Amino acid sequence: MPPLAQRNLFHDKVRLAVTLTGIVFSVVLIVVQLGLFLGFTTATSNLIDHSGADLWITSKNVPYVEQGVAFSERKLNQVRAVPGVGDAQKLITRWTQWKRHDGGQDSVQIVGINVDDKMERPWNLVQGSIEDLKSPDAVILDELYKQKLGVTGVGEVFEIGGYRARVVGFTRGIRSFTTSPYVFTTFKNAQNFANLREDQTMFILVKLAPGANLEQVRHDLLANVKDVEVFKTAEFSRMTTFYWMFTTGAGVAVLIAAVLGLVVGFVVVAQTIYATTVDHIREYGTLKAMGAPNSYVYKVIMKQAAIAAVLGYALGMIVSVFVVNGSQKGGAAILMPPPMAVGMFFLTLLMCVGAALVSINKVTRIDPAMVFKG
Amino acid sequence: MQSAIAVRQLLKKYEEGTSGTLALRGVDVDVHPGELLMLMGPSGSGKTTLLSIMGCILTATSGSVRVAGREVVGLSEKQLPALRLEHIGFVFQGFNLFPTLTAGENVELMLDLKGASSSRAKLRAHELLEQVGLGEKYNAFPADLSGGQKQRVAIARALAGDPGIILADEPTAALDSHTGRTVMEMMTELAHKRGRAVVIVTHDSRVVNYADRIVRIEDGAIAGNTEAETVPPELLAQSLPQAAMGLA
Repeated sequence: MPPLAQRNLFHDKVRLAVTLTGIVFSVVLIVVQLGLFLGFTTATSNLIDHSGADLWITSKNVPYVEQGVAFSERKLNQVRAVPGVGDAQKLITRWTQWKRHDGGQDSVQIVGINVDDKMERPWNLVQGSIEDLKSPDAVILDELYKQKLGVTGVGEVFEIGGYRARVVGFTRGIRSFTTSPYVFTTFKNAQNFANLREDQTMFILVKLAPGANLEQVRHDLLANVKDVEVFKTAEFSRMTTFYWMFTTGAGVAVLIAAVLGLVVGFVVVAQTIYATTVDHIREYGTLKAMGAPNSYVYKVIMKQAAIAAVLGYALGMIVSVFVVNGSQKGGAAILMPPPMAVGMFFLTLLMCVGAALVSINKVTRIDPAMVFKG
Repeated sequence: MQSAIAVRQLLKKYEEGTSGTLALRGVDVDVHPGELLMLMGPSGSGKTTLLSIMGCILTATSGSVRVAGREVVGLSEKQLPALRLEHIGFVFQGFNLFPTLTAGENVELMLDLKGASSSRAKLRAHELLEQVGLGEKYNAFPADLSGGQKQRVAIARALAGDPGIILADEPTAALDSHTGRTVMEMMTELAHKRGRAVVIVTHDSRVVNYADRIVRIEDGAIAGNTEAETVPPELLAQSLPQAAMGLA
């Protein structure tokens, strides 16, 4: 086929620029919003997803991880006695106050762990080690929040919940959705920082013994340990994510913005492709008069839309990569995993081809007899 | 000899609200291979409507139209494009070239519609442009061609589908007299030397002498059907003032 679609598209440079701007704007907006949604989603369930546990034991009616309610740590022994439980450890996550050197206070989320255990350890350590947490009052936090918490380096001493805390290491990229940074410490320190009694925990994490049946162990735990709920890790992760993203409305707002990006892109592309089609309407009429079936004309318009989609997507992704990389140093990460980048290509193609349907409707109604009118 | 186009008792009514306008009323015309027929008549007489129906672009209200031996009245809108593609080539007053395609690509487009491969289409487009004297203009865009050259490209495009019938709507109206003559000589050659049935709608009295037959239409009906040798001087004279007065 002679390059009619390409030529029509590139003939009017200004219109091409408008079309591509619309697509790029749409691609970047959708990537940013979906990336934010993904970043938020990941942040909400970070602790759970990286726990390495198979089951989470909570008090009754705990809807998400930040809403844990303290219960007696004596249940730990009951849990360990259930067949199929390979390992069980106490865990504290609770909001408390971090006091900066300038006297200001910030909310932080204490994560109290058993340092000798493999579950719920801080990951992506860039400075210090897990063993360092064994030293008195030791805490590890993420380097993203240094400025927020007034931390400049390892060794500095602060106050958490009225108790002394010493920074012994930093992680990278462990974000908290609530903007209250996670502060990892020992279970004992966490009880102090979070003002819990010595016999209290907030969660018990369970790792199954090799070959144990998850559902069976869960059933047995519920039967043998009173006044608790037992969640599979993925289930508790979903509950937490759902709470933050949908019950609070935060995720809905981000998703709506992504949909708006799609709508804006669709309208801009539809409008410009429609205008291009109207500009060339006599040519399409001539094509039909020459004997071209509608499908041939549709192919020209679709090809135009597809070329615009490919160009717009490529430019949009270049901008998006800069935005995504830039966000890695901020509090809200924009994530763009490869499947999302691939999905965006098809979404862009769908948007442009869908927008071209408006023009196709116009072309379908062309009366080829128009070619005889002057 | 079988007619390339045979029109019988053709009626065309344009619906407008509850009433309608009768554009053609009982028209009978035959166009034979190797014949150049001119349709003449005042504006609004129905000649372009007749050309459109002969070209399978408009559908008739009633009557019979046989194109290349096939009855086209009653065919669906989906069947007509294939018939046009196979049997009919069009030449338009405004050339209707694709401005973003080169002269060669304009011709290739027709060949592509006919299913020719890209290499075959390029070769044939070169040949056709050579035939109309524009071999060296293959890569020129329409904007860089004169009116006469554009019309010759349009003729090459019409011929690309190797149609038995060429329908032209005012092909010389936008051309000066010299270029108009060149185009008409080309049309005559198509009819007389290549056996095409050529139908030309025109107001241009300068080209009447090229006709084998002139069919005059008035108020949607045939007012005259005259062989070239017997074209009366008054018919020629009738055309002149209309063209001169801008009634065309």
